[in-house]
Amino acid sequence: MKPTPSVSVALAGSGGAGVMTAGNMLLEAAALAGYYGLMTRTSGPQIRGGEAAAMLRVATFPTDGQDDRFQVLAAIDWQNVGRFAAELPLAPGSIIVGDPAQGEPPEVFTRSGARYLPVPLKQLAGQLAGAWPNMVALGVLAGLIGLSFESVEAAAKKAMKKGLEAGIAAARLGFSQASSLEGFSLEKPPSSSARWLITGNEAAGYGALRGGVRFVAAYPITPATELLEWLAPALAKVGGTLVQAEDELASINMALGASYGGVPSLTATSGPGLALMIEALGLGVAAEVPVVVVDVMRTGPSTGIATKSEQADLNIALYGMHGDAPHIVVAPNSLADCVAATAWAVGLAESLQVPAIVLSDQYFGQARAVVDAPVLEKQSLERLKAEGAEGYKRYALTESGISPMAIPGTRGTAYTADGLEHNEGGTPSSQTADHLAQMDKRARKVSQLDPGDAWASIEGEGETAVLTFGSCTGPVREAMARNGKGVKLVSLRLLSPAQPERLRKALEGVKRVLVVEQNHSGQFLRYLRSEYQLPGEVRSLRRPGPLPFRPEEVRQELLNWEETA
Amino acid sequence: MNAPFAAAALQPKDFKSGYKPVWCPGCGDYSVLTGVTKALAMLELRPENVAVVSGIGCSSRIPAYTNCYGFHGVHGRALPAATGLKVARPELTVLVASGDGDGYSIGGNHFLHACRRNVDLTYIVMDNHVYGMTKGQPSPTTEPDWRSKLAPGGTGLREFHPLVIALASGANFIARGFSGDPNGLAALIAEAVRHPGFYFLEVLSPCVTFRPEQRGWKEAVHPAPVAPTDDPGRAARRLMTDDGFNIGVLYKGSRAPFTGMAAAPTDSPEDLECLFRL
Repeated sequence: MKPTPSVSVALAGSGGAGVMTAGNMLLEAAALAGYYGLMTRTSGPQIRGGEAAAMLRVATFPTDGQDDRFQVLAAIDWQNVGRFAAELPLAPGSIIVGDPAQGEPPEVFTRSGARYLPVPLKQLAGQLAGAWPNMVALGVLAGLIGLSFESVEAAAKKAMKKGLEAGIAAARLGFSQASSLEGFSLEKPPSSSARWLITGNEAAGYGALRGGVRFVAAYPITPATELLEWLAPALAKVGGTLVQAEDELASINMALGASYGGVPSLTATSGPGLALMIEALGLGVAAEVPVVVVDVMRTGPSTGIATKSEQADLNIALYGMHGDAPHIVVAPNSLADCVAATAWAVGLAESLQVPAIVLSDQYFGQARAVVDAPVLEKQSLERLKAEGAEGYKRYALTESGISPMAIPGTRGTAYTADGLEHNEGGTPSSQTADHLAQMDKRARKVSQLDPGDAWASIEGEGETAVLTFGSCTGPVREAMARNGKGVKLVSLRLLSPAQPERLRKALEGVKRVLVVEQNHSGQFLRYLRSEYQLPGEVRSLRRPGPLPFRPEEVRQELLNWEETA
Repeated sequence: MNAPFAAAALQPKDFKSGYKPVWCPGCGDYSVLTGVTKALAMLELRPENVAVVSGIGCSSRIPAYTNCYGFHGVHGRALPAATGLKVARPELTVLVASGDGDGYSIGGNHFLHACRRNVDLTYIVMDNHVYGMTKGQPSPTTEPDWRSKLAPGGTGLREFHPLVIALASGANFIARGFSGDPNGLAALIAEAVRHPGFYFLEVLSPCVTFRPEQRGWKEAVHPAPVAPTDDPGRAARRLMTDDGFNIGVLYKGSRAPFTGMAAAPTDSPEDLECLFRL
């Protein structure tokens, strides 16, 4: 078959079948062979034994978006895998690999017109002592997409602590099975460059450290837990610590306490946890204590679908606090950007003495990708600290709104940080003038922020603009790449404070705007409508999670619009 | 506690900010403030090396009345804020001020886990069996038959027993004080600061406005008749059966405190890139 620049494969099975292990090895093999790639994951709600699928894309170009269709769906078994049908779209040219001993593939997959290729995974694995069917499937998949066996072997060596020989032998059996099948082939890999293999959660954790965070308090929650599990040992290495708190109320307040002590602090959570943290974030605003919350969004409301992605926490992140509470909201717009966006959020929080919320999501957080090594500058945004001084006023009304912050231990500048309204010195005050002056100050320091070019990613030129944020950016980028010219992308990274003048400039000459977001009510569209002037006709392309937008959907939307315009 | 002050040592008044408290005349919390400042002077600490952390309520107004660093946070969350501060800045002396509503009701969960965690904090709860700041509602320690606008027939609920709960939650040091004896309180607070680990000090601190009958506490209190025990079983029996007016140290454990921050970095953040590099 003619080589293509991208191939997508999925490996599914019930829990314990090792699909994630095999998927990670396949991604690593692709990376070692010089390709870019991405693996996202989906799973049922079971703690153990539920169905799971690793969804991979191997490509000659950097991507963190899924393709329109999977070329191969392989399953160790078919138990409950049909539940993922919506997330695993196939096409007539696709191949379904299944073990005939596990029965026929569900009709929900075969009706796509995909070819079924039975491979006795279990029987083949059974020929080798200590081998498992997932490793046979790994070999089959590598063979079907034209990866070299050497790369599979190298990946297995990196990943497997025990059973390596049997594993490699099993993969080899699968690989040779694939050689007799008509599969797919990838174009030659691009020339080599410095790359990382990283998940969005690891990226956000690393970004936090690069931003200067040395204290983290957190409560476990899907899909943010891996971020915390990465940070726990990493913080210890850089002289910091992670405290597991009794709940999210405690974690945000611990972070505020540590930050009040002068140590840049962060917590990570998902929607239900963010909801619990909101009161304390208001304290951070009023008492001017920097803190960062990474919200790895999952579907809501309430417990929602804990394991699946949605961009529906935008409203609470922007507007959740009571009172007028100016703060920062930042959204990474690629998996790799989780590093820079989180580091930036730490810098903004520290330099403006304000809470910052980072809106990541399950899609980024739990996806692993081969990315070009991010180029990170040294953190230059730092907290303005008070030197010991006569007549120190913690909440002094400065021109920028930023007042020097005294750190406990500093002589002569002791003050009480307070969520009560206060005067310049920090003494509680219920006077109208103090309230107005402090409200103005807190608003001023956030609104005077000059984010430079970092506020958005602006790509392409055209009379049609796509406005989006977060993990919807990948599919839009790819749709634009396929469509050729005529479309401009504006993917917002700084959601609060809004940058109306910058967007106005970015949209000069634009006649229509497509707003792309992954939630039910159009939270991003409403936000844009309230904060910005949008030129010309505005359309909304949106749906709730967990299905990611496919590039072709976005492209078709743009094409149809241009034809009817 | 009778150690002579060093020449340069600060006096209790040097730990007061001079702000006029919002408390009612006769409130027990004035004496707690005095006890705190006396203890800090006795310990020869500098105010900038002490942080007083609180939540919301009458008792939680204390930080701004001291000359120390203060953190007046949100309702019920003083212990987490103090935990974060102490773990991040272990060299600071951290006092936590709370009341029976703030500490035992809205902040109840943090109380349990602070006892378990055993971070080196001095936790002073001013207990007056009533919500004073919101003007007279029953708290977890209010008697079941106490009548109020919000519970006209009384709550009918059994009182929360903070000392027993602290013991059951793993608290390492449990004491009870009385605001009517600021010197005794100062001694307990000074001991608490010296003690490495979480020190829970419940202070009977009358609310003369909404619970005027608590003026009678000064006749009810008495020194604990026996020395503190380090046996949790014995302590549990004593605490379950005491009259609520035993003053002094009631339980003394020896668990090592929780610390957190790594002493020194072994890597720079940039070094960790090797975890991702292909």
